[in-house]
Amino acid sequence: MNTAISSLGASTSAASRVVQLSFAALLGVFIVGFAGFSQMDVVHNAAHDYRHSMAFPCH
Amino acid sequence: MTIFRNVVFVAALTGLLAGIVMAAMQTYATVPLIKKAETFENAGGGHDHAATDPATGTEAAAPHSHDAGTPAHEHDGEAWAPADGFERLAYTVLANIVTAIGFALVLVAVSEILGGIASWRQGIFWGFAGFAVFTLAPGLGLPPELPAMPAADLGGRQIWWTATVIATAVGLGLIAFRSGVVWSLVGVALIVAPHIVGAPQPVSHDSPIPADLHHQYVVAATVTNLIFWVVLGGVAGAIRSRVARSAGSLRDSFA
Repeated sequence: MNTAISSLGASTSAASRVVQLSFAALLGVFIVGFAGFSQMDVVHNAAHDYRHSMAFPCH
Repeated sequence: MTIFRNVVFVAALTGLLAGIVMAAMQTYATVPLIKKAETFENAGGGHDHAATDPATGTEAAAPHSHDAGTPAHEHDGEAWAPADGFERLAYTVLANIVTAIGFALVLVAVSEILGGIASWRQGIFWGFAGFAVFTLAPGLGLPPELPAMPAADLGGRQIWWTATVIATAVGLGLIAFRSGVVWSLVGVALIVAPHIVGAPQPVSHDSPIPADLHHQYVVAATVTNLIFWVVLGGVAGAIRSRVARSAGSLRDSFA
């Protein structure tokens, strides 16, 4: 239960920890997915050079 | 939501910094090559002389920098696109910062579940892992592409890319965080599997882009990504260890 001594937010329960961390990771995945994979033309054109530079398969 | 808030804080700072570094590297390393490739792409429309001759096209076209105003490619009837110059650069910088924060969120949250990044040095190793997962593994099957290059069906490539990222991440995780040879073997198998399946490839690799320009681009994109991930991991480790220290000493106020 209490392995959180040196972690960010020491006094939270293990279950709540995992939920919050999973939520943070999902948020990150959503951001990357939207910027890298979104089919909207506007997003594609705005992030065009970025997507090419990151080698996202996008068009 | 203490942990969530701290992770977002660390990721936002880390992503801001790594995104700016990445945008600066792209401006000098990859974007000039993309713009050069676009002159070949536009040449497909028919007003350029270099690429039309298939026999000499690759040889003759490569060294020239077509400075004759070719980049004016406002496609009528298409969706909004940033104007060349400052606007285009600004959106590239923005995309870099936003996605760097996204990558940082994933990196910090996952590493936190597995015990947390203890220092900037450990962070650099996490960065190497991120590079392997998001650049190296998918890049083996789907190398960085320039505009005007042929590619297979988009949906298939996105599925392969995503599956490869997940398999490589899980594989590395099993090797690093599970004891026992069996888990390591499973990890290696997971990392190798997507490449046995193989990435979707175009019917023909014939392209107006000279091979040496593409090669230059693959190297530039891969190396800039490597530096990006090392910076992302290192900075995340440095900031995280500071936040964790203050969170430890100020435990009550964070609770």
